[in-house]
Amino acid sequence: MTSITLGHYLSLGAILFTMSIIGIFMNRKNLIVLLMAIELMLLAVNLNFVAFSHYLGDMAGQVFVFFILTVAAAESAIGLAILVLVFRNRLAINVSDLDTLKG
Amino acid sequence: MDTLALLFYTFAFVLVYAGFRVITAKSPVTAVLHLVLAFASASCVWMLLQAEFLAISLVLVYVGAVMVLFLFVVMMLDINSDSVRQGFWKHFPAAGLIGVVIALEMSFVLTRGFDLPVAKAMPPEVAALPNAKALGIDLYTNYLFPVQVAAVILLVGIIAAIALTLRKRKDAHFQKPAEQVRVKKADRLRVHKVAAVVEAPAAEADANKQAGGQA
Repeated sequence: MTSITLGHYLSLGAILFTMSIIGIFMNRKNLIVLLMAIELMLLAVNLNFVAFSHYLGDMAGQVFVFFILTVAAAESAIGLAILVLVFRNRLAINVSDLDTLKG
Repeated sequence: MDTLALLFYTFAFVLVYAGFRVITAKSPVTAVLHLVLAFASASCVWMLLQAEFLAISLVLVYVGAVMVLFLFVVMMLDINSDSVRQGFWKHFPAAGLIGVVIALEMSFVLTRGFDLPVAKAMPPEVAALPNAKALGIDLYTNYLFPVQVAAVILLVGIIAAIALTLRKRKDAHFQKPAEQVRVKKADRLRVHKVAAVVEAPAAEADANKQAGGQA
């Protein structure tokens, strides 16, 4: 058998997840990169699901990945629509400008 | 090191590199293209995990649809990449601290429990089928209601995205056939009662003028 264990895949997912969290913190001015970092986080979580599904011999993990992909596609479509609206109204996509609800 | 391990390390390296470039790229277009690379290599990693259907659907759905959407939006918006990059390194201490904390937590969890060197076999009725067929049977028997809910979520996504970005033209003129058909006489025709104006007779006016001339 191969020398790649479940821990390898989980570590890859963890590295990806941590990196995208750092990306969210550092790209505070750019809403597009923020959305992309969220997609990357979802990818890391999906990688964990698929790895568990393979190593535990259970199809439920892959079914869940299917649903996560569905929700993520809808989320990114709505997110991009909101992004276009924000740019249309403010001519910028700076996240810190969006503080109208702040008291 | 066997072939599978070599492939895993190759794809994992490409995936991590692409993810790193996504969060550090100067131009958003570069970031989107590296995200495409990340998704492609992630689907290769999923292939190694024998999840063929999900790997292909990741390429089709993400690289084919969502990333193209991202690319269109990035090209549509006129972003000044210098102002967007302002304060990028200002947030690095907080981001690095949180990243280190998360990495420590995750490595603590990972080194304790999950060292499963050999994959457990799938149940025999699943293992006999190809991955796509097994997934489809599972989806449409055990998870039928969630599939319907997912379909409704996609519908909501479509309607929300269209309703958010729909912009009516202000200079366009429309006909409304329903109102045209429903129109009544009173909407179009207005009858004004006008009081009759009685003019003075012409002969009397002439007589007045002559009298004024003689005086």
